[in-house]
Amino acid sequence: MVLLARIIITTLSMMAFIPVLIIPARSVEAAEAPLNYFLHSYGPAARPTMYLGWVLAGLSIAICLILTLLLLTALIRKRPEIDQRAIGSEGKGIRWIYIGTGISTLVLFGLVIYSLMVVNKVAKPPQTTMLAFTVTGYGWWWKIEYEHDDPAQRFVTANELHIPVGQPVRIKLKSADVIHAFWVPKLAGKTQMVPGLINQQWIQADRSGIYTGQCVQFCGVGHAHMGLEVVAESAEDFEKWLIAQRKIATSFATSDEKLGYELFMEQCAGCHTIRGTDAQGEHAPDLTHLNSRHRIAAGLLMNTPDHLMQWVINAQKLKPGSRMPSFALSEKEASALASFLSTLD
Amino acid sequence: MAISNMTHNPGDERLERVPDFGRAPSGSDEEMRLANIWRSEPGWRGWLSTVDHKTIGLRYLVTAFVFLLIGGIEALIIRAQLALPDQTLLAPEQYNQLFTMHGITMIFLYALPILSGFSNYLWPLLLGSRDMAFPRLNALSYWIFLFAGIFMYMSFPLGLAPNAGWFNYVPISGPIYNTGPNIDVFALGMVLLGISTTAGSVNFVVTLFRMRAPGMTINKVPILVWGTLAASVANLVTIPAVSLAFFLLWMDRQLGTQFFDVANGGKPLLWQHLFWIFGHPWVYAIVLPAMGIVSDALPTFCRRPLVGYAAVALATMATMLIGFVVWMHHMFATGLPTVSLSLFGAASMAISIPSAVAVFAWIATIWVGRPVFKTPFLFFAGFVILFVIGGLSGVMVAAISLNWQLNETYFVVAHLHYVLLGINVFPVIGGIYYWFPKFTGRMMNEKLGKWNFWVMFIGFNMGFFPMHIAGLLGMPRRIYTYSSRMGWDSVNLITSIGSFILAIGILIFLINVIISLKRGEKANSNPWDAATLEWSMSSPPPPYNFAVIPAVASRHPLWEDRLEEGIRRSNLAEGYLLMKGHETLGTSPIDAKPLVIFKMPGDSYTPFFVGLFVSLLFLGLLLHWWSFTGLMAVASCITLIIWMWPQKTLKQRTESGTTYPFQGDSK
Repeated sequence: MVLLARIIITTLSMMAFIPVLIIPARSVEAAEAPLNYFLHSYGPAARPTMYLGWVLAGLSIAICLILTLLLLTALIRKRPEIDQRAIGSEGKGIRWIYIGTGISTLVLFGLVIYSLMVVNKVAKPPQTTMLAFTVTGYGWWWKIEYEHDDPAQRFVTANELHIPVGQPVRIKLKSADVIHAFWVPKLAGKTQMVPGLINQQWIQADRSGIYTGQCVQFCGVGHAHMGLEVVAESAEDFEKWLIAQRKIATSFATSDEKLGYELFMEQCAGCHTIRGTDAQGEHAPDLTHLNSRHRIAAGLLMNTPDHLMQWVINAQKLKPGSRMPSFALSEKEASALASFLSTLD
Repeated sequence: MAISNMTHNPGDERLERVPDFGRAPSGSDEEMRLANIWRSEPGWRGWLSTVDHKTIGLRYLVTAFVFLLIGGIEALIIRAQLALPDQTLLAPEQYNQLFTMHGITMIFLYALPILSGFSNYLWPLLLGSRDMAFPRLNALSYWIFLFAGIFMYMSFPLGLAPNAGWFNYVPISGPIYNTGPNIDVFALGMVLLGISTTAGSVNFVVTLFRMRAPGMTINKVPILVWGTLAASVANLVTIPAVSLAFFLLWMDRQLGTQFFDVANGGKPLLWQHLFWIFGHPWVYAIVLPAMGIVSDALPTFCRRPLVGYAAVALATMATMLIGFVVWMHHMFATGLPTVSLSLFGAASMAISIPSAVAVFAWIATIWVGRPVFKTPFLFFAGFVILFVIGGLSGVMVAAISLNWQLNETYFVVAHLHYVLLGINVFPVIGGIYYWFPKFTGRMMNEKLGKWNFWVMFIGFNMGFFPMHIAGLLGMPRRIYTYSSRMGWDSVNLITSIGSFILAIGILIFLINVIISLKRGEKANSNPWDAATLEWSMSSPPPPYNFAVIPAVASRHPLWEDRLEEGIRRSNLAEGYLLMKGHETLGTSPIDAKPLVIFKMPGDSYTPFFVGLFVSLLFLGLLLHWWSFTGLMAVASCITLIIWMWPQKTLKQRTESGTTYPFQGDSK
């Protein structure tokens, strides 16, 4: 009953929103859509596909218009008056099929060739890549491992991947549980992360910026809230990021921070890792450099101290079904934990 | 005609008989006798035991339509949730169950069964026969469909409905990540439904090749028949794959096997292959018969035969054949090598060539014809546009690298709804308007019908066209909510409003059906002045369909006088009487020469009980009531033995002697 009432209310409120449609906010909004791959692409793994999309969309619209026009003309064109009961003979009109199908076949043949050329272009990077990350899909966040021959150079982070501008980067894709899909649409198409397999793809950004990504293979209750970000930056900034991420956590000075640290070890360390401490959990994002990231909870919220504490206290409400529990903390505990978390930069 | 020894003991003279030849006009003694022979018992006995293909066809139509309404309500709840960003009308788990059940309901419980309904009702009428080849199997196929539908909804009221999407990928549907009964209900339900679909398909194929009226050579059957043949062959080839996949999954979940268990070397991609080897031909199975409805009914309203019959018939079969080699286009993003993807991408584009043949045939038919703007025609003409849009977006998703962007976004949702609603629902509603007078003896209301079409057409396009844009803006499928910062607010709002308008259109249709059933104008035998055999008999048809087995000389038996092609004319008034029990004529597969008198079985309770026991057997498997399962297996076998028990009266008599006369042949 309650559900029904809510459905009715929502329906009515939806109708109230009709005037919104008239306001031409739509084009502005579309330009801002962070996953709009149709109009925006920022690297060689995505751009040829975008052009292919334009060609196909343009062609489709044109064909659709032509056929609609033909159909409408066929419907309304004038015909000579004849006996109502007359039946037209069977042979007429067959040329339509010959000509129509002939043209369609030629167009399709061209499209097959063109689309295969595009696949050839985007499937592999133009040069061999040195840089590589392994991204592992978890329910519902991304583990990111920097790959290097020297184990000391490797590190683990989560949900935010940095790449240097202008260089192809190899991404190895794994899954820890069910099938996910890695998709940063402005940089490349998607690839499934299949448990038991290691898939690969590559991305390259030609200009610096933050590129939004999203899990795009249905993976359970948290599927809607499994975002990631790729930050493309200059080679120097990228180098700085690498160095900063390799560091382990620093020691904690104030008593408030210590209390928060103890609380963390008691409540959070089972799942989260903070390198340099006893927190070595493997089930949740590595928090060693939590504050270096733009967003928390796999893209759900901007990373501000307020949001962070809201997330700790209200995770189940903000991201229903998440593996992160909602913690009931006293005010004192909350402020202690907040000040400890603020040291993780 | 030397035919008698082709099917049965040539030596057994006792079984040979030359059937009576003559007329049985309405009201004659012969006609009364036939009606008595073929009539089902009144009351619940007849209701449970009938094997009349017309009753079964209508049951299919009504049941499938009820599932359409259920799936539609699910869709509306989903659209209410997505109308605005960050809504909390539904929890994610509720949302997941709703979209999964919406998919299962529409694809498995509505889309094919509704077409089976049309085909069941119409095949014998179109082909000039008195029943389907296996009437009892036909009844069984319906009962199992009904029980499978109920079975798959069993866990819904408990909040434990299937929740991994209709294509149910492993491992999210496997025992580790999905511990409740949700997926078991789906898995066993699909195996059960597979029995129904297989039985139905066998029946269609055999009926087509053995039960056509004499003279109806294979190049004279309506396109709907070609479409259903293609669908049935596709089903027979691919249902084993999906039944196997679901059974393996069920064993993984309940018996500890490891076919899909990654930790023990199982392969998640095996599921995707098995599912889509079935899944893609299935997509064609649920559109080809609907395209057939249009190809057959559209010409009636254009006052001329379909342009390019042979091309369209061949295109139908070609679509089915190419349809077997395109399944990997659902798996472009799984990391398979690009060489193999390229083959499937090219095949997926090539499959639109036969579709182009059909589109140009329809447009040409309208162009050279003289359209009559009745409600069914509006649905068929509107369908052509939707078909074109769905086909073109299909070409877009077939381009591999573009698919890496479009796949699993709302673009695909838009594409598949244009294909399934545009190519299935519109022809189906148009088909119901068209054949309603034949089904019920009454016409549907034209005025409401026109409202119905325009509201549905506008609502549909307003609801589903913006989904293309949502997809291009990057909106993934199957997310229960989205944030305003993603820029998807307006498109979703428009989509939701459109979906409610579409629902109003369906509501108008329902109102029209209810009003017309009671108060519709009475229909004569051929209210549209159509060309095919089903319009030669009273509306609704008598239980025996054809008082005499007709002889068919062309594709348009009722238009022959006016078409004036050749000198041969079909003979509908005079033919074999065949009235010693349930009898109809068997003919040869290609050129439809009379071969044998089929003694058809009469009404029986056994199909109902076999269906019931088999369904209970699956219930036993679901609940792990092993001894109950065993008991039901025994019960099914015993009922089957009763069903199959040889009856003397069913012994076949071969026909011998006369050639079958057409009008215009010199005797």
